[in-house]
Order: sequence, then structure tokens, then C-alpha cells
Amino acid sequence: MGKSHAEEGTGTMINKEVRDIADALSGIGDGAVVMVGGFGSVGQPDALIEGLIEQGARDLTIIANNAGAGRVGLARLMEAGRVRKIICSFPRSAGSVVFEELFRAGKLELEIVPQGTLAERIRAAGAGIPGFYTATTVGTLLAQGKETRTFDGRTYVLEHALHADVALVEAWRTDRMGNCTYRESGRNFNAVMAMAARMTVVQSCGMVAVGALDPEMIVTPGIFVDRIVVVPEAAKVAAGAEGGA
Amino acid sequence: MSICKPLSRRDLAARIARDIPEGWYVNLGIGIPTLIADAIPAGREVILHSENGILGFGPAPAPEAVDPWLINAGKQHVTLNAGGSFFHHADSFAMIRGGHLDLCVLGAFEVAANGDLANWATSAEDSAPAVGGAMDLAVGTPRVWVATEHTTREGAPKLVERCTYPLTAPGVVTRIYTNLAVIDVRHGRFVVTEMIPGLSREALQAQTGVELQFEVPEYA
Repeated sequence: MGKSHAEEGTGTMINKEVRDIADALSGIGDGAVVMVGGFGSVGQPDALIEGLIEQGARDLTIIANNAGAGRVGLARLMEAGRVRKIICSFPRSAGSVVFEELFRAGKLELEIVPQGTLAERIRAAGAGIPGFYTATTVGTLLAQGKETRTFDGRTYVLEHALHADVALVEAWRTDRMGNCTYRESGRNFNAVMAMAARMTVVQSCGMVAVGALDPEMIVTPGIFVDRIVVVPEAAKVAAGAEGGA
Repeated sequence: MSICKPLSRRDLAARIARDIPEGWYVNLGIGIPTLIADAIPAGREVILHSENGILGFGPAPAPEAVDPWLINAGKQHVTLNAGGSFFHHADSFAMIRGGHLDLCVLGAFEVAANGDLANWATSAEDSAPAVGGAMDLAVGTPRVWVATEHTTREGAPKLVERCTYPLTAPGVVTRIYTNLAVIDVRHGRFVVTEMIPGLSREALQAQTGVELQFEVPEYA
């Protein structure tokens, strides 16, 4: 009694910001399932991916839209032999040389998922929905072996939620409570992946004070976020964006 | 042989753009369809959708005005028109799967007379094809137009009786724009509604893998 709110808060304030990339990624174990946000290189948490290479976890399953390009980022993680399986919609693109090499050599397992089904499976995981039906893939090779059901005369396939141990996400502005905004087309898979993993790690382009983010503009509320590491955009650009993809 | 000039990719894109009415929400696939974004007639409001979370994107920017955060589904830099919006991938495909778009324009390896579309894998043995958003677009959009060269580079027909490549979706294509003709898919048949000047029906039929019906006057 008699304490001000400010005093009550001293020392116990929520602060999800961690010191560095190593702290952000600590505890990710061998065999982890890791979601990586982004579409091509836009919104892709490059520094966290590079950090994961340093961190050393092996036998990873990666969930991402693309399978990397060039020999940086996801491609470098795969080239380092850390990835057992990739779940994605569009593995082949200009510059996806590492994927091609490993896949042809039988060193990488691949699960192809249509992009909308990938997004919805991730969303379902975050929303506590174990599965859903979609007309996407009906009558194609990708529906083989899947349970189907008819609703109002139309056939749908059953798709299961896609969970992860860790989501690596890039946000534009964050506060210490974990609230995130995104920038333009950088939102893409980041906002859904942030909801779908046991632990969500955010690479933030900039930290602002609590209260500075307009509540109407917050896309990912802090409840979904566990750790934040700040990597200013200038540093990100200097690290070199992927080409092609 | 008739003397006729097949449409260039850019002219084909412009031909398709002419047919997109004001107010439609449209997704453009990779390849020729992407070129349509730069060919929408000035002053016509067509809202372009991109899988990666954009409604209302505009033409490519000038090189000095490139915004690194703004790309289309083909990973090319674009601009945002007034009234444009951003959203995440699950909402983006809710728009697609939920039937909210008016049209998608896709490329094709093969289209069959029953409307089957094959545009994602060149053989069943291709174990790492890139499907992207094609299957979601093909089943979720009420009108699926195909933009393609009339034949392969080797001259083989792309308009066929039955697709030999793995399907993207069965029975979805409603219209095909090629560098030679505009063809509606109606009740399991290809109906030619427009041909480039100078092209004979016989010449078009010879480059097509299934019998065509014609609803066009013959050009000399």
C-alpha cells in the first residue's frame, strides 16, 4: 500500500529486448522446427538467420516461403549442412543454387505446400485450430493421400496446422513489451509466423518507448513475442540483400 | 502461309489489360501477366493484388525511386497507388481462397479444352516444382484467364485435348489470350473470339492440339 505505480513497476518491468543475436537464439536445439519470415528477401530476418549459423543447431526443419538464394542467409544455413528438411511453396527461383545442389544430392527433404495453404496452416497453428479443409490441390498430385470431404457438393482436402518450436520474424518498430509493426510488403508471413511458434524471436529495425506505437497500428501484439533484438535497417542493408529469389 | 505478326509479350499484356473493367480486383501471375500491371489504360481504376500482402500496387518505379520494402509476388519492385493497403499472408490468401478477387491472369504450360490448367510442374518426376500461389488462385478466383504464347518454343501446342503435365487445378480456365488469338473455354470446348490480322483459321488450328470453334470473321 502507498506505493506509486512507478515504484511497483521498478525492477519487474516486462522487457523482451535481449542484448545480442546470440542471446536471441540461445536454447534452440538440434532437431528444432524453425519458421523464417519474409517473402524473398523482404521482411526476412537476415541477422537471425546468420546468427543461427553461428549458433550451431543442427538437423533443423525450416518453414519458409522460399528456399534461399545465392550463398547467404537460408542458403548458407543449408550449405552448412544444418537443415534436414524444408517446408516451402517456392523452392526454385533464380539463384536457388544451394537448394538445387543439396536436393539433387538427396541431402535435403522437401515438402511443397501451396502458398495459401502454407499461410493458413501456420495461422491455424497460432489460432489453436488443428486442421481445416481447402479446395486448393483437389484433383492434383499434391492432394494424393490426403483425406477429402464434400461440403455443399464441392470437394475439399484436409490440411493440418503447422507448428514450430521457434519463429524468426522481422518487424519494423517494436517496444519492450513485444508489440510490432511491419513495413509495407515486409509483413507477409511474419505476422502469422509470430503467432504459431512456441518461441517467437523478433529482429526489429528499431525500438521505441512503450506508448509510442499507435495501438491502431500494432499488427502483432506483444503476447505473441518472446525475444527482440534490434538490428537497424542500415546494418541490414549493409549486410547485403539477396538477389533474385 | 499468311503473313501475320504474332503479338509481342508486351502487346499481349496490353491486349489483356484492355479487357479488364474498372473496379475489378485482379491478381497477376509471373511472366506475361506481370507485364499487365504496366499496361492498364491511364485513368482506369483496376486494383491489383499481390500474394505477399498488397492491394493497389502500381507500375514499376523509376530506378532512383526503388523502395526496398515494396515488391510484388514476382519479387520485382513496384509502387503503391493511393488507396493501397498492406496485410499479412493469411489475409492475402483469404482474399484469394474466399473468392473475393474478380480475376487472376496466369501463365501456362498447357491448357485443356475442359479448362484444366497445368502451370507448375513439367513432369510428375519433377520432385521439386515451385507451386507458389498458383493452386490457390486457380481454385479461388471466379475468372481464371491464361496469358501465354500459343505454342512452346519448339512449336508444340499448349492448347490441348488433355493436359500431360501435372495439373494446377481441374476445369478452372475461363479464357485464354495467346500471341495469336483470344479463346473462350466454354462447355469443354475452345471457342476463338478474336485472331490477329492475317492469320487463317487453318494456320491457327494447325498450331492447336484440339479442335477449335470459331466465332470470328475470317481475315483474308
